[in-house]
Amino acid sequence: MAGARDGLPERLCRTCAVAVPVNGVGLALMTPTRHGGTITATDGAAALLEDLQQALGEGPCVDASRDERPVLQPDLAATGTSRWPGFTARALEAGVAAVFAFPLQVGAIRLGVLDLYRATTGSLDRLQLAEALAFAEAASTILLHLQDKAPSGQPLHPQLAEAVDSRREIHQATGMITVQAAVGLAEALLLLQAHAYSNERSLIDVAKDVVARRLRFAPEDDHHE
Amino acid sequence: MSREQRLASVFVELADTLVADFDVIDFLHTLTERSVELLQADAAGLILVDPHGQLHVLASTTDQARVLELFELQASEGPCLDCYTTGQPVVNIDLAEVKARWPHFQTATTAAGFRSVHALPLRLRGQVIGAMNLFCRTRSNLSDDDLAVGQALSDVATIGLLQERTVRHSEVIAEQLQAALNSRILIEQAKGVLAERTGIGVDAAFAVLRAYARSSGRQLGAVAAAVIDGSLDAAMSQSLGHSE
Repeated sequence: MAGARDGLPERLCRTCAVAVPVNGVGLALMTPTRHGGTITATDGAAALLEDLQQALGEGPCVDASRDERPVLQPDLAATGTSRWPGFTARALEAGVAAVFAFPLQVGAIRLGVLDLYRATTGSLDRLQLAEALAFAEAASTILLHLQDKAPSGQPLHPQLAEAVDSRREIHQATGMITVQAAVGLAEALLLLQAHAYSNERSLIDVAKDVVARRLRFAPEDDHHE
Repeated sequence: MSREQRLASVFVELADTLVADFDVIDFLHTLTERSVELLQADAAGLILVDPHGQLHVLASTTDQARVLELFELQASEGPCLDCYTTGQPVVNIDLAEVKARWPHFQTATTAAGFRSVHALPLRLRGQVIGAMNLFCRTRSNLSDDDLAVGQALSDVATIGLLQERTVRHSEVIAEQLQAALNSRILIEQAKGVLAERTGIGVDAAFAVLRAYARSSGRQLGAVAAAVIDGSLDAAMSQSLGHSE
């Protein structure tokens, strides 16, 4: 799905990869607290980086969005493990050596992230950084433009809604787990994430099992309130 | 300091304000004050026209009610209104013509002690958003040089105002996006909550949510939030009872 269309987000990411240059670029929405869904990614590794950050709730883009400034990791193997153990291990496995995450915001309002990765270690030099920042600005503008052009009657532009819809089972499963385990939404998501991580399965696959009722979560006797 | 030097330093000052911590009202006040100084006027005001065609005084060099009234009077007639409608400067109009074109305005202007009035359009690429109004106590004509300076100052004001509008519009859209995203996620979560509580599938749960939203006249996002926090439990069960 990612990269299949040739809309503005896709073109922005492809052009960014060539211009900076980096090996791949991903664009995602962010809520105030977590990854909101991938809009597009230029290749498999970029898509994986987004999925990982959504599945684990940790990673450079999460920090970048929360701290409202770019997170630059020129050598993920050296510095990523202590900050994001789960994310770093899987990202390195996928051949990602460096990650540069740029938050997209309007004033204090956080909209999303633009994540750049390289298969080799090394920093972005000043010109490359300036280039990347310019693309982040453009990405914010594109998000606003899409939202502004949402057909009347639709709260979200279809391409932005797709970012949520393509992973809707994650949210549906979260809702189901709140009832099954008698916990709040945040904890339900943590239970889902923990199960996926410890069973080395993708979050979306586990979520689909929950929604299809192949997997249930019981209230834990010793869970902390 | 010659006028040229003063002119140059004023434009540097205005350009600096546009890029640094931009406060639009402060900026417009500075602009009116510099306009009075550079064009040897006695009072100046920046008038903006809103989407409904109403005139608003955004900044003025004086707080005197008599002068402010002169700006407001032009909502129905006066050089500012003509300037806004045509997008052209309305300057150097002789007294007889002023009286003929805008009788009420002329009476009020004279009573306030002014002998000359000029209006310059606030416009950018065909879009006219208001006017800069200048009042003089003596009979004064703006030379071509004065006109050029005056229009340049008006153009700077326009740039500042349009920049402010763009920023505000962006903020509104950004907030909409954030709210719509949160709502969308909430709806998916609510499908799961409802499906689990009632033993139906998520698609069936969505149908229930939509039906309830329609019949109760509430937004889908609000219904979803209420399902999640438990406040709609009883109503939902009832809803399901009816649909089966």
